[in-house]
Amino acid sequence: MSRKSRRNEPTRNPPSPVPAKSRGGIGRGAIFAIAGAVLVLLFVSGVLAYRSTQEEAARQAAAKSAAHIASSHAPAMGKPDAKVHIVEFLDPACETCAVMYPHVKKLMADNPGRIRLSLRHVPFHHGSEHVVRLLESARAQDRYRETLEALFASQDRWVVNHRVYPERVWPLLEGIGLDLERVRREMNAADVAARMDKDMADAQALKVTKTPEYFVNGRPLPRFGLEELQALVREELRAAYP
Amino acid sequence: MNAPGTGARAPLAAGASDGAWLLVFACWLVATAATLGALFFSEVMELAPCVLCWYQRVAMFPLVALLPMGLFPFDRRVVRYAAPLVLAGWGISVFQVLLVAGVIPEAIRPCTRGVPCSEVQIEWLGFVNIPLLSFLAFTTMAALLAAAHIRSPR
Repeated sequence: MSRKSRRNEPTRNPPSPVPAKSRGGIGRGAIFAIAGAVLVLLFVSGVLAYRSTQEEAARQAAAKSAAHIASSHAPAMGKPDAKVHIVEFLDPACETCAVMYPHVKKLMADNPGRIRLSLRHVPFHHGSEHVVRLLESARAQDRYRETLEALFASQDRWVVNHRVYPERVWPLLEGIGLDLERVRREMNAADVAARMDKDMADAQALKVTKTPEYFVNGRPLPRFGLEELQALVREELRAAYP
Repeated sequence: MNAPGTGARAPLAAGASDGAWLLVFACWLVATAATLGALFFSEVMELAPCVLCWYQRVAMFPLVALLPMGLFPFDRRVVRYAAPLVLAGWGISVFQVLLVAGVIPEAIRPCTRGVPCSEVQIEWLGFVNIPLLSFLAFTTMAALLAAAHIRSPR
């Protein structure tokens, strides 16, 4: 009984006269649907318009700031005379960087001798500067690649909730041929800090605010994504090795 | 439950409820436009929302789904159900507008991590910023709902 009376309640505002009245003109449902469609359409066209202006701006910015992409001081992988040069801005504590790294390596392995990779460090994560310092000083022992790969492989053990726990890093770097005592001695050297500053300054000039960010022969990705990176690399490979 | 008088008042009530329907519908338009706008700022332009923005979103986004429930069929009580969200959002937007304007001093700024809520990320015509847009949206919605409440047949 109580259920029934509850059901009856809406009839306090009798809905029946209302549709009868609006049947003369355009129905309320139609007005609602059209308005919703218009709003969504505006949104989508706004997205498209914004994206295209952004892509254009990014292209122009990258062209203007080629000097910031060039990176003789940065660690590099691949043959120095390779004609396709990927410059990657990465944070060793960034999950997406760790996920993308094997894909970049695969691109290089699939095109032997044709792709060169330079890595720039942008420690955006809290506490990440410490790890970048460590990475930079591993270069003196020619163990950069091993260190980076060990860091990526064990990332979930030293980065928790986007926060870096620097002391957890050290035990994870045993057994890759890195003299950890030497790293501890050298990681606060001035040249390490200078290279880190240069990376951060260039990232700022290029408006790199997220990691990883890629530039392939100076061209930015139209939009972040693995397919976008692969497509851009393919395009540059075709142009460089016809 | 239905008083016989209701039927006699129906033509008048229908006219009044038409007006109220349009007012609630306009309120839904504002909510939807504001929601899409907020999503555009954060997802397309990739401006990070500050904490206060999130609280205002909590108040704004549900209205997009809630108001149509009162439009089809028209139920004047939707004004009552939407009011707490609109008023809460309005209060937070007032707070943030005052924060941006510098009326509320730095000491009681609630956001210290991430994007500071007093930071102005967009400025059109020299004074239109995102917190102001939010304040205008909530104010308009409050006014529309109040008008709907007054005009809708009891």
